[in-house]
This record gives sequence, C-alpha cells and structure tokens, in this order.
Amino acid sequence: MKMSRVLSALLLVAVLGGYRAAYAQSVVVGVSWSNFQEERWKRDEAAMKAAIEKAGGKYISADAQGSNEKQSSDIENLITRGAKVLIVLAWDADAVLPAVKKARAEGIPVIAYDRLIQDKDVFYITFDNVEVGRMQARGVFAKKPSGNYVFIKGSPTDPNADFLRKGQEEVVGGAIKAGKIKVVGEQYTEGWSPEVAQRNMEQILTKNNNKVDAVVASNDGTAGGVVAALRAQNMVGIPVSGQDGDIAALNRVARGEQTVSVWKDARKLGESAGTVAVQLGKGKKAKDISGTTTFAGGTKKIAQTSMLLKPVPITSDNLDVVVKANWVTKAQLCRGVSGAKAPAACK
Amino acid sequence: MPRGERSEGAGCLQVTAAASALRRAVDVRLAAMLVALVVIWIALQVATDGLFLSSRNLYNLSLQGSAVAIMTCGMVFVIVARQIDLSVGSLLAFTGVLTAYIQVGWADAHPDAGWIMSIGVGLGTGALVGLFQGWLVAYQGIPAFVVTLAGFLMYRGAAFRVAEGQTIAPLDDRYQRLGGGADGSLGVTWSWVLGAVACVWVLFYVWNTRRERAKYNSEASPRWLDVAKIVIGCAAIVAFVAVMVSYPNRAKMDDAGNAPGMGIGIPVLILIVVAVVLTFLSHRTRFGRYVFAYGGNPEAAVLAGVNTRRLLVLIFVLMGLLSALAGIVTTARLNAGTNSLGLLAELYVIAAAVIGGTSLSGGIGSVPGAILGAFIIQSLLNGMVLLDVASANQQIFIGLILIVAVKMDVAYTRRRTT
Repeated sequence: MKMSRVLSALLLVAVLGGYRAAYAQSVVVGVSWSNFQEERWKRDEAAMKAAIEKAGGKYISADAQGSNEKQSSDIENLITRGAKVLIVLAWDADAVLPAVKKARAEGIPVIAYDRLIQDKDVFYITFDNVEVGRMQARGVFAKKPSGNYVFIKGSPTDPNADFLRKGQEEVVGGAIKAGKIKVVGEQYTEGWSPEVAQRNMEQILTKNNNKVDAVVASNDGTAGGVVAALRAQNMVGIPVSGQDGDIAALNRVARGEQTVSVWKDARKLGESAGTVAVQLGKGKKAKDISGTTTFAGGTKKIAQTSMLLKPVPITSDNLDVVVKANWVTKAQLCRGVSGAKAPAACK
Repeated sequence: MPRGERSEGAGCLQVTAAASALRRAVDVRLAAMLVALVVIWIALQVATDGLFLSSRNLYNLSLQGSAVAIMTCGMVFVIVARQIDLSVGSLLAFTGVLTAYIQVGWADAHPDAGWIMSIGVGLGTGALVGLFQGWLVAYQGIPAFVVTLAGFLMYRGAAFRVAEGQTIAPLDDRYQRLGGGADGSLGVTWSWVLGAVACVWVLFYVWNTRRERAKYNSEASPRWLDVAKIVIGCAAIVAFVAVMVSYPNRAKMDDAGNAPGMGIGIPVLILIVVAVVLTFLSHRTRFGRYVFAYGGNPEAAVLAGVNTRRLLVLIFVLMGLLSALAGIVTTARLNAGTNSLGLLAELYVIAAAVIGGTSLSGGIGSVPGAILGAFIIQSLLNGMVLLDVASANQQIFIGLILIVAVKMDVAYTRRRTT
C-alpha cells in the first residue's frame, strides 16, 4: 500500500517534469479560472487559447470551482507547471492577492482578467463597466429625455452593479438635478435573478400607478423580468436597457420590446488577454503594449496599467453587427418578428 | 332578572365551555395564522397609504406567491414524514429550463401541441427526479438531507447544461397563460362560477362534518359556530373573487378606457387544484393517513405493516412533480427559461411550511396552513418593495419573522402538552 503510493508519487513527478520540459521552449501562459458555471467563460477560453497558440505560446489552465483556497493553490500549481505569465479571473479579488504577490515576487507578470485585482504591478484587462452603464443610460435617454425613470440594478454583492449604476448616473444625473427626470423606483436584484427583477418592477409599477416612462435595467436577464412585468400592464414598448447580448434580449430588441443591449464580445476579451499575455511573457514592458491606459478607479485608487475594451450598444439600428460577428443567427434574432415594424436586419 | 342571579362562577364556566367547544371545532393554529396574515395586511395597508390592499396589488400578490405556495404544499408531506427536500429550487430551475428548451425546439415541428408536450416532459422529469431521490432515501438508506443537498448542487448544474446557460425566450403565447399575465386569468364569469362552487363546497363540508359526528355519536359543535364558519368562509370567497374581478385587464382595454375584469389568475387556479387534491390526499386516503402515522411515530408505522419505503418514494415523487409544476408557472410568468430560476426557493418553501405550522419533528402539518405561510412571506416581500425597503433589510426581516413564527409555535405546543 505504502509502496504503491510512493510509486504513484514518483510517477506524478515524472509526468509533471515531462510537461515542464515540453513547455520550456515557448511562452507558457497559465490561466486560473474562477468557475466555469457561467456560459460565457467557455467562449472566453476558446478565443484566449487560440490567440495564445497563434502568438506561439502554450495554454495551461486550472478551474478554482468557486473556492478561494483552490484558486491560491491553482496559481502555485500553474507556476510549478512552468507558467511564465499568469491570467487570473479572480473568484475573490482580495483573497487572491497573496498568491498574486507570490507570483510577482518570482518575476511572473500577472493579468487580472475581467475582475480587478488591486496591485500596482497587475495588468488589468476588462470591458469598461462604467462605460457599459453610460451606454445603457444613453440608449434610454435618447428615446426618453425626460419623465419618470426606474433603475433596476444588479446584485448587491457584485461590485460591477455599482460601476454600472455610476456610469448611468453620469449620463442622466444632470437631467435628474434639473428636474426633468424623476427617479420613481430603484432596487437591487439579488443574484441578478430575472424573477426578482419582475417582482420588483411589478411593485414599482403598482406604487406609481403605471406612471413610468423608462427603465434602466443593468443586464439582459433583469430586462427580461422588467419586460414581463410591463407586458402584464400592456406597457411594452417604453425604453428598457440591458447588457450581455443574450439571444433572448437581442430578439426583444428586434421585436421592439427592449431598446438597447450593450454587447461585450467575450471572444474579443479572451483574444486580447491571450495576445497581451504572450507579449508580457516574451519580456515586453506592460506600458509599451499598444492600447493600454492607466486605470485607478478601484476602491484603493491604485494606478495600474490596463486595457479597457469598448463595448458595443446594440439597438434596432445595428442588429446586423451581432449577426455578422456570428454571435447569433438571423433566424434566432428574428424569431416572431414580422411586418412593417421589423428592423432592417430582419428584412 | 334571572341572568343577574347567576353566580360569577357559572358565567365563567359558560365562557370556558364555549371556548373549549371553539377550540375543538376550529384549528386554533390555523386561526392564529389567519389573524397574523390579517394583521400584516392591515399594517402594510396603513404603511403604504392604501396601496397594498388595492385590487391590482392583491392580484399581483396572488401570482407572485403561487409558485412557492405550490411547492410548499408538497413540502408539508415531506416534512411531516420527517424528511427534508433542499433541492426544490434547483429542480424548479432544471425542469423549467428543460420545459422552455423543448418547447422552443419543438415549436416548428409541432406548432399546435408542442407546448403541451413540453409540459409533459417537464412534469415527467420532475417526477423521475423525485423517484430517484426517493429511491436513494428509502432503499439506499442515504439521509434525505444529504440526497437533496447533493440534488441542490446537481440540478442547478443540470439546469445550466440544458442550454449552456442561455436564456430561452420567448415562449408560446398559450403557455404564457399558465403564468398569469394578460390572457392568464379566468375572466369575470368563470371566476364567479368558481367562487359559487367553492361556497357550495363549504356548505356541504360543514353539513357533512355535522352529519358524520352525529353518526358516530360524537359531540357536535354548536350550531352558531357552524353558521359562523359558513358565513365567514363564503364571505372570504366572495371578497376574494370580487377583488380579482375588479382589477381591470389593461391588455383588453377599449378606446373608451373600459376594460373587462381579470378574475382569478391561472397560477392561482393551479394552486387551488393542488391544494384541494393534496388536502383530499392527506385526509381521505390511506396514503395521507400513513404519511401522518409515519411522521408521528415511524417505528409504530413499520410495526403496523405500513410499507414505509414505498411511502417515502411516493412523497419524493410528489415533491418532484410539484417542483416541476412550479417551474412551469414561473417560466410561463417570466416568459423565459433561465438557469437562475428559483434561487433561494428551497429556503422560502421550507420557511413557508414552518411558518404555516408544519412541525420539523414530523407528524404535524396542514396544506392550508402551508399556503397561508407562503402568502405571509410573499406579502412581506411584496409590501416591503412598495415601501422601498432595501433588499438587505428585507432578508433580515424575513429571517426574523421565521424565528418569531416558530417561537410562537413552540410556545403553543408546550402550552397544549403541559
């Protein structure tokens, strides 16, 4: 029994050693994922892997399955397996810091992927969430520059929910102060759950006796709940925002039930991170990579080199963008859309 | 005056006699919960300046509470039999997404019956999952807590896998009726018909109880109490229907602004059917009596020759079926299937059952109590949004209510046994 354990340990060492030798030639990029529970990370991964291999690197990864402890040991393991540069999607941005600092001490560049890790040497790459918020508010504001507004916010435990709200405020704050826009309802949505958003919207409509002119919802799931609540009151058609480019939401945009869905192409984010990683791994300075800026918007106000990708607001006018990018098929986009009111992309 | 001559002691005796007759004839626990619900409603009505008890809000409340109430009815059986089911929220998500997924997939091949078939698949899957869990509990000896905790994780994952996390929408217009919404109610006429049937049933129930008591020479409850039961019962039914009917259906409004009344929502109708069937099951069938016998004393039930294993399996099948039904109502109402459906539902369902007087030590519980419990929680959730209470404070408040409810229940049980 003991003997076999020793043997298998030896075998493991031999195998790992083999891996290391095999990867020694090219830049090995170690990616620590937080959890694969959500659909989008798979899309990110495929694009990231392709970009790394195209640039001549090797992709290795580990999935922390939603555990801080596992993510810390994952990062150590990735270094052991020969990673020369790390991409980290943090499960908990603070809990992951000690492991990140350890990697930095070994001279390994670290890229914070989509979720901010606050450390001056960490490269931060994400879609600009404040900009997403601005785009949502702009989309609604363009259709309805005055009147009664409702804000359906994201999960109270997600810092992005507040970034989004901040961006929304930047756009409509002036009109609110001027008294042109009145905020008649504002609620967080536990777990970004559409059912909760639906219930909250129903209650806000009841409270205001349907005197609601526009809804700024923070993602497509909650927008779905909002539209369901509006339908029961025969109010579908008032401006509603969202984000993510969910197929169901894009279909709502085509039907005229939702005004805008801010689309963040996860593949672009994965691709950019992969390219940046290989460049860093080859010894290029973070500041010399094209398209970088300095980000200091975190709670600790630390200045970090970063790349903030621009999202694209999808409205009925530019629905062809998502079809051309192979994000949705025309059939999925235009399901149930007919007649004269159909947007150009469905004709 | 002859009455004045009576001693104080006799008067007191008369009062206690009436009180004990009342206690025998009325479920005190249920009555106390009704009072609690009424108190909460009045408090919210005052706090919201009359908005809470408007026909519109009550209609919304009846829909918002239906899915949880449907599952709570099943949870009563689970908890009475000394089991627990932590997987109902995840199972709701799994069967809900599956139903939506199949419905959209089959929409083109079966334009007429596709949505009905998808419902069949959803319910069938719920029952199968229940069968699986029941088998693990009853025949493999794995505690229900563990089996359903594993299920809590597994079915949430399965819900994701069905469509790889995509939101599936929109759903069939006919299917959407099952969720309430614009076309999802009985309308004025049928609501009144249902109300009348319910009233006749109350009349029959009271008369039948009286007759049976007479048959077995049991002491009949006082006549005034029976009359009061009929009057209060029918008044509540008429009030409920009147409120539902007075809420205008804005989707069918004509140019002059006249709209027909909504009437009772389809989800509420589904809930009523579930409640009636399960109440019948628990009182009038061998299955129901065995569940309560087993919950009261498992050893005695085994010695009495009850096939307890089969019993447990049936209970979990029932729970699975009702979770799937709740999944259908939820997806139909939301007009979408997503893997985040039913988050925290298991906790609300268990809390509702407990607030509704179901004892966690088994053997005690009732379907009407559970429904009341579900609507107490939903009323608070509903009212607090009207009052703009922050979501974190809502959760704190619901937690406190749960503790208060169980504390009162403990106090009541202790007083009765000592």
